[in-house]
Amino acid sequence: TARPCMLISSSVALDFVLIGRTSAFLLLHQARAERFFRSDHTNNWAVLVCTSRFWFNYRHVANTLSVYRSVKRLGIPDSHIVLMLADDMACNHRNPKPATVFSHKNMELNVYGDDVEVDYRGYEVTVENFLRVLTGRLPPSTPRSKRLLSDDHSNILIYLTGHGGNGFLKFQDSEEISNVELADAFEQMWQKRRYNELLFIIDTCQGASMYERFYSPNLMALASSQVGEDSLSHQPDLAIGVHLMDRYTFYLLEFLEDIHPASQANMNDLFKVCPKSQCVSTPGHRTDLFQRDPGSVLITDFFGSVRKVEITMETINLTVPGIPLERFGGEPHTETALAYVDQLPVAQIIHQKPKQKDWHPPDGFILGLWTLILLVFFRTYGIKHLKHIF
Amino acid sequence: IGMKVRPVLSDPEKQRGRSAAVAIAALVIAAGIPLWWKTTETYRAWLPAARISELEALQLELRVEVEVVFARGTLSPEQQKKVPASRITYESCCKSKSLCLVEADHALHTLTETSCGSVVIYIIPEASALLPQDMRVYVGRSRTALLRSQVASVVGAGLPEVLAALDPQMEQVLQTMSFNHQDVTAALTDRLRPGLSTRDSLADSMRAFKSSPGYEITFSLLNPDPKHHQLHWDVEAALDAYIYPLLHKMAPVANFSVDSQILYYAVLGVNPRYDASASAYTLSADSLAHVINPVEARLGSNAASSNPVLNFLLYVPDSLHSPLIIRNDQKQEVASNAFHSPRWGGIMVYNVDGAYGNDTQFPVDIAIDMSRVMGVFLSQLRLMLGFQQTGAPPGFVLEAAGREGVAEWELDRLLWSRSVENVATASASITSLAQLLDQIANIVINDNIAQQVASAVTALQAAVAELEAGNLALALEHSREAISASERAFFDPSLLHLLYFPDDQKFAIYIPLFLPMCVPILLSLLKIFREVQQHRAEKRAKRD
Repeated sequence: TARPCMLISSSVALDFVLIGRTSAFLLLHQARAERFFRSDHTNNWAVLVCTSRFWFNYRHVANTLSVYRSVKRLGIPDSHIVLMLADDMACNHRNPKPATVFSHKNMELNVYGDDVEVDYRGYEVTVENFLRVLTGRLPPSTPRSKRLLSDDHSNILIYLTGHGGNGFLKFQDSEEISNVELADAFEQMWQKRRYNELLFIIDTCQGASMYERFYSPNLMALASSQVGEDSLSHQPDLAIGVHLMDRYTFYLLEFLEDIHPASQANMNDLFKVCPKSQCVSTPGHRTDLFQRDPGSVLITDFFGSVRKVEITMETINLTVPGIPLERFGGEPHTETALAYVDQLPVAQIIHQKPKQKDWHPPDGFILGLWTLILLVFFRTYGIKHLKHIF
Repeated sequence: IGMKVRPVLSDPEKQRGRSAAVAIAALVIAAGIPLWWKTTETYRAWLPAARISELEALQLELRVEVEVVFARGTLSPEQQKKVPASRITYESCCKSKSLCLVEADHALHTLTETSCGSVVIYIIPEASALLPQDMRVYVGRSRTALLRSQVASVVGAGLPEVLAALDPQMEQVLQTMSFNHQDVTAALTDRLRPGLSTRDSLADSMRAFKSSPGYEITFSLLNPDPKHHQLHWDVEAALDAYIYPLLHKMAPVANFSVDSQILYYAVLGVNPRYDASASAYTLSADSLAHVINPVEARLGSNAASSNPVLNFLLYVPDSLHSPLIIRNDQKQEVASNAFHSPRWGGIMVYNVDGAYGNDTQFPVDIAIDMSRVMGVFLSQLRLMLGFQQTGAPPGFVLEAAGREGVAEWELDRLLWSRSVENVATASASITSLAQLLDQIANIVINDNIAQQVASAVTALQAAVAELEAGNLALALEHSREAISASERAFFDPSLLHLLYFPDDQKFAIYIPLFLPMCVPILLSLLKIFREVQQHRAEKRAKRD
């Protein structure tokens, strides 16, 4: 069979080409490797959780949505964000401006926007679901948008807000997650290498207690207040009637609004956000488990999604004149005519036979009635008749 | 007057009271405590802990089967007598020098049977004209290599000495064709301390996807200007001809599902700058990083599984911004006009301004040259799937894979590193799962999890045995079984540790339940005990 040998034009010329390519190749490889190693993540994920419900916790939803907005603006796509909101403030009956969630008073900034994608809403935001998302132990029927499909080169941002205490965070006013459980969940993520580096931000009262128990590597944590301190809210809006944001996240949002995808701001700037004079509580952070120096970690490493890109140098020469494309898959599929299933089977509905009802034991009412009758009988005629019955 | 009257119990009544108290206490201790223990324990199926602890100290041995064939003229007559003979005659009459190598490789490949993972090395005489002057080794498209060596000069030696003399060269061939130390450490990057692998191998491991049971590949055509360009691409035929052969060859590694789409009015997120010297719009290498994110938001995906997705985008610039070329760091034009992002996919810019003039009637029908496009996508796909760009060592000629997409020895390389990676990941999963279940005493272990763990351990041990024996295909199959069973066991939804109770909460729950019951029992037992002691003391006193 005639084999096309388009690749070896001349064996003599080939070795020169090969030598030339190898040395240039090594240089290129090195340059590429340099650019890679500023940080070794290839994709970014964000898990943003608001744990409180009820209208007066409007500020927690606004907190989460403002972080969501910043993260989306800096490039992380919706498919890589897991947004969990415990209550719907934008369409709440008490919202005087429906379909909006404001973060600044006088309604300056609507953080709800027009393309919010909430993955877990309302009562789906539970401790169990949160832990399932983190550890990946979701039932097989869970759609992709509700999963955290990170790998060993993913940087993950986790943001929690709500009401918390010393060592716990309250979910939905009915359950709580403890700092031990959270630390164990992160350790399980590390065991399966589900993250490369993880930034944990929490804006609750006594938030620093939540990161005390972490013990897995490559974790950096920020909290809005120390143990024993309360995180305070920022400002109420008189038209809406509730506090719009918490202080820490308000100043965090201001800080992030100045960041753009090519920005070189690093984590040390983030640690300075909201000093005690503005926040009243003392924000804390923890970097001892983090391997890189925080000064060399860019904000966009976690909040944005700056892709690593390589130019494609090698291509495969597939153009061969005169050779028809062989079909690999065999014969082309014959199109079968498709028809809609009968949407309204009227005939079946009209001529339906009545369903056979299963027998049920008598209702509580009937039982109660009989008991009453028996009681009255024995009351009237005396209890001594009872022994004849039973 | 208010005198307290204590009821005086007669002796038999006291005795009855005492025996009642003792009987209740006995019942509580003998029946109650075991019942409480049994009803509050969690169901934990048995796990093969001994075999799992063996996995922690797993030692991998990789064996490659090598067949060495000596051509006529390489061995002296005495050596020839000592070599076990099974002669294969091959005579070549090549018309031109250039076709010789390829034809020889093809013919030799049909002569010997090579199984997955094995290598055949043909030793050809020093003076042979088959290879160019300063090239010593030629590696063909299948698993054969031609090695030029002067073995006949080892005078008077037997077979072992001959093979020993060839050892260093053969090792170099094997390191190129099968695996070397760097490949293995790259496959184990997760589990190793940082600093052990080189930067290049780390870059390679970042680029290629991790081993996964399946991948989704999506080819998209982005047409931002449908008013001017009406694009036709015969993607189905192109996939059939160029991509499916590669994916079919990779069937033992993973399942692939391929789809394609066309997106209209999709723009790149970056504004290209006009360069008058080249009379074209240019995208510099720095701005490429910001191209992907706005586009990704528009790419749908119909992936119903959690498999990783590879995206290959073909962007045809609009007529106002044509032609669009990509410049690298040194401001030079890139021949392929394409770039890729590790673990994501690739984007190619296809200029169509040459296909029409200024006064044609818009929209113009344009047929896209799929072979050029697929050439780029195929090379990007190879990078994403883990076929590294190995530079040829000095003196080597590596034949490029061409239309088939991948040479068999390249596939073998991938299979070696994938098997090692799968074995490492599966054993790490199993050991960490066992550790986790050990630490947390109240996670329920269902039967199906125990079964998955047992089958994963069995498959792992089988994979290690096959790797030691050199059967690469079987080893890969077992390692895939092991990894899928271990992942299913580790990520089973029932293994959720929600039963964490701090100690003070446990006390707070049990005390109101048990204390009111236990206090009378304990006190009465104490009273009985004291009475018995008193009685004994009196008896002793009476005796004395």
